[in-house]
Amino acid sequence: MPVKKDTPKTLVELLRRMWLIRAFEEKVSELYAAREIVGLLHLGIGQEAVAVGTCSRLRNDDYVFGGHRSHGHAIAKGADINRLMAEIAGRASGYCRGKGGSMHIVAAEAGFITATGVVGGTIPLALGAAFAAKERKQRQVAVVFFGDGAGQAGHFHESLNIASLWRLPVIFVCENNGYAEFTPLSAHTKIERLAQHAKTYGILASTVDGNDLLAVCRAMSKAVEHCRKGQGPVFVECLTHRMRGHYEGDPAKYRELSQLAEWKKKDPIARVSRRLKSKKITSDKELEELENDARARAERAAEFSLSSPWPSNEEVATQVTAD
Amino acid sequence: MPEQTFLDAIGAALAEEMNRDTSVYLFGEDVALGGPFGVTKGRGEKFGANRVVNTPISEATVMGLAIGAATAGLRPVVEIMFIDFITLAMDQLVNHAAKLHYMSGGQLKIPLTVRVQCGISGAMGAHHSQSLEAWLTHVPGLKVVMPSNPADARGLLKSAIRDDNPVVFIEHRGLYWSRGQVPEGEAMVPIGKASVAREGKDLTIVALANMLGAALAAADELSGSGISVEVIDPRSLSPLDIETIAASVKKTSRLVIVHEAVEQGGIAAEIIAQAQQAVFYYLDSPILRVAAPLAPVPASPALEKRFVPDKNRIIHAAHQALGKA
Repeated sequence: MPVKKDTPKTLVELLRRMWLIRAFEEKVSELYAAREIVGLLHLGIGQEAVAVGTCSRLRNDDYVFGGHRSHGHAIAKGADINRLMAEIAGRASGYCRGKGGSMHIVAAEAGFITATGVVGGTIPLALGAAFAAKERKQRQVAVVFFGDGAGQAGHFHESLNIASLWRLPVIFVCENNGYAEFTPLSAHTKIERLAQHAKTYGILASTVDGNDLLAVCRAMSKAVEHCRKGQGPVFVECLTHRMRGHYEGDPAKYRELSQLAEWKKKDPIARVSRRLKSKKITSDKELEELENDARARAERAAEFSLSSPWPSNEEVATQVTAD
Repeated sequence: MPEQTFLDAIGAALAEEMNRDTSVYLFGEDVALGGPFGVTKGRGEKFGANRVVNTPISEATVMGLAIGAATAGLRPVVEIMFIDFITLAMDQLVNHAAKLHYMSGGQLKIPLTVRVQCGISGAMGAHHSQSLEAWLTHVPGLKVVMPSNPADARGLLKSAIRDDNPVVFIEHRGLYWSRGQVPEGEAMVPIGKASVAREGKDLTIVALANMLGAALAAADELSGSGISVEVIDPRSLSPLDIETIAASVKKTSRLVIVHEAVEQGGIAAEIIAQAQQAVFYYLDSPILRVAAPLAPVPASPALEKRFVPDKNRIIHAAHQALGKA
């Protein structure tokens, strides 16, 4: 969702959005543990600053594509959390009538075009939306979120090449959380910073602290402006950390506890809260209200979802084609 | 009706659809230069490089790019130069193009046409000769068409481009320079409708693409010995028009299916499964297949000739079906 102008109050609004994602995903995790939600769930708890910072620089008619860990991206782009949670819960009131699920969220009305279960699979799709946008000359941009695991895939490299060659208005947002599934990036590639790949293809690229909301906002403001001016694609690598396992239920034994503790200090929500407090923009009470409000909304989304009907049996093979 | 080659009919249909609808864009390797067979020759000059887009040799990404463009309002036509290379784009085609309408609960439509050349001619070997149409029919959400003559190529391509779903339009290379009468204007061929290429009463032969010519030649020869053959061109493999095939078999009680793809798991297997449910009690003999052996396509012209089904093998199967072999 766009913000009109950056003021101290903007930061409060962005914190509100980060809390909404955090509360939403913690609620989903809770429902999963209670077996109210089943399936394969990948949560982005700890990575909220990337989603919120990026989408706060976008217009409603810009296109966003995600991956398998994209609940936060959809919410940040403006998806309705009731319909989103209902989708994750497999209910008929979900965005996709329960046919998509956690990894295949589509919230077209919000400009969240699609997520995917294929690592890096939407990177080429974002190029296509950018191509169409460029032809329409409405200065729209396309954004695609993917993780460091995608950086070793063929379609990632093909896409960087074509985006650069055709100067497409696409922003590659790499959420480098250090792990491709269970394996550290260093075991998959000798390249330390995935932004290096983009530079090789002649794309404007940078690496930022993805747990620093303001750093993400600054990088994305520049990226969006570059794209809107028709100057070609931009690659922003955001260093971050997922505080949960690869999927819900993953014991994440491959990760040192000390490492997790270190990242908890860098929790993007806590960092923004500390900043707002030290600058005397927001009081403790107001900060608490932000959290409580988000948790109440997540609670209502859960009630909405679990009280929604399942899709009817006939829906198993409807909408296979658009006829 | 003017006469045209298969190639020119496709080229003309593309140009007409691009004129009619400014959201139609072509993407592919060398398309602005006409491609290796000249299908899109002159289109780059006419419509500009922004609408006839030469792409790098990156099939996976070009397919994904076209899907993304379709979600954003374009009606892309992607050319995959040889069906052997659709393997590289199968992830995007199968996981995104085919499923996004369903997975989004109807929010997204993917009006994408994939033009792809296939088949054996000219001893090009195992990586430039395959027939992989049956793979594609196994994917829910994809439509698959495979014309046998210039008029159907024109009419089906127009239908494919105007369809709101991903359609794979398969062009057999061996047909490119064949000629036929081609109607002008809005002569559409609906997707999902077979055609009866020759009427007969003793035996039904269903034949795909280039095999239709061989089947018609076999029918001619068989008529000399008093055997009346009905020949059906399915044209569309998914959805498959089993009604037309079943109606014919109810009349003839015998069915032979011919395709150039390998026999195992080929589209004939699906036709047989559907046909036996519809017409089992009308059949006088087992349904037979004439297809390629379970082997890669050989490069040697001597072996290639042995690999491809021909008129004589079809005649032999016809006699078998009639209990005369």
